Amino acid sequence: MSLILLSLMVLPLIGAAFIAFNKAEWAKWLGLGWSLITFIWSVIAALAFFDWSDSGSMQMIFRREWIPSIGVDFSLGVDAVALLLILLTTLLGPICMAASFTAINERRRLFYASLLVLQAAMTGVFASRDLALFYFCFEFTLAPMYVLINLYGSTNRQAAATKFFLYTFTGSLIALAGFLYTGWKVSLWNGGLWSFDIATLTEYASRMSATEQTWVMFALLAGFAVKVPLFPVHTWLPLAHTEAPTAGSVILAGVLLKLGTYGIFRFVLPFTPVAVLQYAPAIAILSIIGIIYAGLICWVQRDVKKLVAYSSVSHLGFCVLGLVALNSAGMVGSVMYMVNHGLSTGALFLLIGFMYERYHTRSLNEVGGLASRMPIWAFFMVFFTLASVGLPGLNGFVSEFLCMLGAYQSGATWGVGGTAGPLGPWFAVFAATGVIVSAIYLLFMVGRIVFGPLQEPADHHAHEVLPTDLSVREISTLAPLAILCLVLGVYPAPLLIALEGPVAETVAMYDEVRANSAIAEAPPTVDTIEGESVVLLEREDLP
Amino acid sequence: MIEKLQLLHPEIALFITTCVVMILGLSKSYTLRKSCAIVTAIGLVITAWLGAISPTAGDDAVRGALFPGLLPYAKTLIPIVGLLLLAMLSGTVDRGLEQSVSRGKIFDPIRATRGEFYAFFLFSLTGVMLCATADDLIWLFLALELTSLPTYIMVAMSSRRLRASEAGVKYFFLGAFGAAIFLYGFALIYGAFGTTNLPEIRVAIGAGPVGAVGMVGFVMAIVGIAFKIAAFPMHFYTPDVYQGAASPVSGFLAFAPKAAGFLALMMIVGTIGWSHGAGGGLPEEIRTLLWVMAALSMTVGNVLALLQTSVKRMLAYSSIAHSGYMLVGLVVGPGRSDIANNGVAAMLFYLLCYGVMNVGAFAVLASLQKRAGEDGLVEVDTLDDIRGVARQYPWLGWAMVLSIFSMIGFPPLLGFWGKLMLLTSAISGDEIALALVLAVNSAIAGWYYLRIARATWLERRPEHMDAPLLTPVVSRRVVALVSAGAVVAMVVVIAPLQRASARAGQPDARPSLVEQIDEPDVSPEIEPVAMRDSSRDEG
Repeated sequence: MSLILLSLMVLPLIGAAFIAFNKAEWAKWLGLGWSLITFIWSVIAALAFFDWSDSGSMQMIFRREWIPSIGVDFSLGVDAVALLLILLTTLLGPICMAASFTAINERRRLFYASLLVLQAAMTGVFASRDLALFYFCFEFTLAPMYVLINLYGSTNRQAAATKFFLYTFTGSLIALAGFLYTGWKVSLWNGGLWSFDIATLTEYASRMSATEQTWVMFALLAGFAVKVPLFPVHTWLPLAHTEAPTAGSVILAGVLLKLGTYGIFRFVLPFTPVAVLQYAPAIAILSIIGIIYAGLICWVQRDVKKLVAYSSVSHLGFCVLGLVALNSAGMVGSVMYMVNHGLSTGALFLLIGFMYERYHTRSLNEVGGLASRMPIWAFFMVFFTLASVGLPGLNGFVSEFLCMLGAYQSGATWGVGGTAGPLGPWFAVFAATGVIVSAIYLLFMVGRIVFGPLQEPADHHAHEVLPTDLSVREISTLAPLAILCLVLGVYPAPLLIALEGPVAETVAMYDEVRANSAIAEAPPTVDTIEGESVVLLEREDLP
Repeated sequence: MIEKLQLLHPEIALFITTCVVMILGLSKSYTLRKSCAIVTAIGLVITAWLGAISPTAGDDAVRGALFPGLLPYAKTLIPIVGLLLLAMLSGTVDRGLEQSVSRGKIFDPIRATRGEFYAFFLFSLTGVMLCATADDLIWLFLALELTSLPTYIMVAMSSRRLRASEAGVKYFFLGAFGAAIFLYGFALIYGAFGTTNLPEIRVAIGAGPVGAVGMVGFVMAIVGIAFKIAAFPMHFYTPDVYQGAASPVSGFLAFAPKAAGFLALMMIVGTIGWSHGAGGGLPEEIRTLLWVMAALSMTVGNVLALLQTSVKRMLAYSSIAHSGYMLVGLVVGPGRSDIANNGVAAMLFYLLCYGVMNVGAFAVLASLQKRAGEDGLVEVDTLDDIRGVARQYPWLGWAMVLSIFSMIGFPPLLGFWGKLMLLTSAISGDEIALALVLAVNSAIAGWYYLRIARATWLERRPEHMDAPLLTPVVSRRVVALVSAGAVVAMVVVIAPLQRASARAGQPDARPSLVEQIDEPDVSPEIEPVAMRDSSRDEG
């Protein structure tokens, strides 16, 4: 019974309450302080209390009964994937706080308290070992984000906030129906006892018949694909990103989008293997369409923030592609991508936010050649753009490469290192064109905004508080991200090894499913287990 | 007869309170008249206590009842929500008279509607509680009418504006229309089975087919009762009446007749039996009817609410939608009677959730008023009126936001757990399509609920509008806060509440069909469950 994860959820909440009942002038310092404490504590926890050699199993477990009648527990635990994403969350917390010091001048308490509540909810999503708790935190992230966009965003913020809320809310309600269906089926095999324990569900959900799995998969994807966002349901994202305040964009790109890919990794893949095997090519095609289509949109985009927002759609496509490759390389790459994208795109949003604070415009037509005005800013801009493009030596390269490698190997019949899988080299080929497009538009953006002739808005006057170039505070928000990008780019090995563990189980599961279907030409259905005795699960509340 | 009286102790207590209040209201003494509210509250507390100890499953007094465990749950729930409603309703009527009397004018009992107002309120609640005890069609009819008749008057006298009278008349005529329909249905049922006693009808249905006359009777009864719960196709009056009546009375209308209607529907539908119930089957006609009513109530309510600018009308349409949600539980039926499968329990639980969060939202509206030209102070109504309330009155604003978010079904608030129970029961009752309709509708509802929440919480008051003022009645504000607090706090005790509702929604095994239950008529998938259940019983 470890209280560490609980403390990581509760600490920000205490901070939020603290902020709510203190002076507005102190809000930013309290927010920064609390999130820093949480971050340091999370790093200590990850280094001291997590056994990285056993990264695939759930650790730091905490469990209390909550609603025994329907088998809901308050149950926490992390493996390496979840822990990494929690670390990303806690890292971005103080960075967002520090980045908002001058940008937010109204209703400050609500702003910083919302950020902390959001952090608690996101930590809860990654730390949940109970589906109900997961869903609960997953939904709860909407409320503070809604407030952040609606109150602190730019002109069109209300429409953006509403669209964001309703899009994701609708999706997750359908996902809830899928979850409950899974829960019900499992309860039937469990003597009528409901359980929302993720491990239990994972173990038994794959026994559903192929048709059921298909429906459940689509229901869950309705929730998670919207969040990622996958190609046809991505339209909320550019709007939300463009209108959100800087801190909101950073959190949105850095962590909230990952809730979708994490959901796919944690639930869709293990719950519905047969359906995923069947539909993986379709999902992969959607993500490739997303990669290329969003990339082409970026190319013609004049609003820098929108450009980066669309680039998120494009990049998250790689993430999903890696996941549905269903092999070790693809999945490890995908998880790496979640972290890397959070770092580099989060930083890009920060940089654009800093520029916006100085020039009050995001249009490529109005600003340009800022390298001569803001050399430090320009340095970071180029650095993070290259990380985002996937320059070898920086973090983006490792994960992008692994995702494409995974797609290539998955089901490859020619070339080297082929494994059984639903995709194939062609998927990698098309995804690779996406890399080229992404290089084009990102470098084009950098070329315009950083280099080229100096151009500033006509009515531009220097910000009253901010220096021309980045202040120490602003640099200190970017520096840690830059260092991490470099470290993860040069020496990702320990992380890759740690991620092998959690991924291995899913990969093994798919190998087994493939083997079964190869033997019987039929997926395991309810009928195949009928001969077995009643499945009894370990639950303390059995009479 | 004596056993029957034992079941009615809470109602008797409530009735005595009603008489006392009615007489007190006629008194010349201001102090005595003022005590009406307190006496009513005391009466409700005693009733809740009597309700809590009323006979439950296993007791001789409730042998043969459809839902033997229902009484304690229903008869505690109704007076407790009644207490919230009372605090919201108090002070609605004729303060002008009291002022003129205190200035020395002679007291005129004809004008003193205050005592009557409480009496009507209590009459109505008595009717609701009687529905829970009903085992006879005539009883059920009387109970339903006892619920409704006082509400017609309450609507009309809730405010001195013309709109209230109009709403009262409209409500009365349509109510009479609804009552006529279900009374005709009852008559047909009697014609088909030769008895008005529900357990006897149940035995008769168990013995043979329902027959055309009986089926028409049941259909008409259900459609007629749909008026009480404001469900499709009898929902048309809702927005006009809710908007016309004063906010506290609208809040009352959204709970009391609805609770009565759902209890009555439980009895009527339970008489026929559920498709997954103990050995019985809900006839396809009834199932289709309820299915369509549920789906359309949700959809119509939510979609029409999108078009409104008046918060009261939005809440009225949303109350139609909430009825639709609860009907889902009724379609599913008690299932295998586990908490997760029992649709009736989910419905009863949702009734509790809805009662609390609905009172919260209406109490906030009731606490605020605005100046409107020559009309003097009128209550707030439109979205513009409540814009920026949270800045001016943070507590009220938060109460509204919490109530509204709970209605959206946002975790971790109370409404979420209500919806979760409905969804789990619908899915385990194999009503997947209905569960999806419910999920999609919750999302549609998010749209207009968010508009309310955003207007109160995040937006600013338009420049040209005056700030809303607080009504002098403190208890309304208190009840808004209490309800909003309950929406959060009840989450902690969610497990015992769900257990209580599951006990209440546990149906009595159909007497005539007991032998058939043992036949292996269950699908192979469920077989392990049956084995498991029996082994648990032995252990």
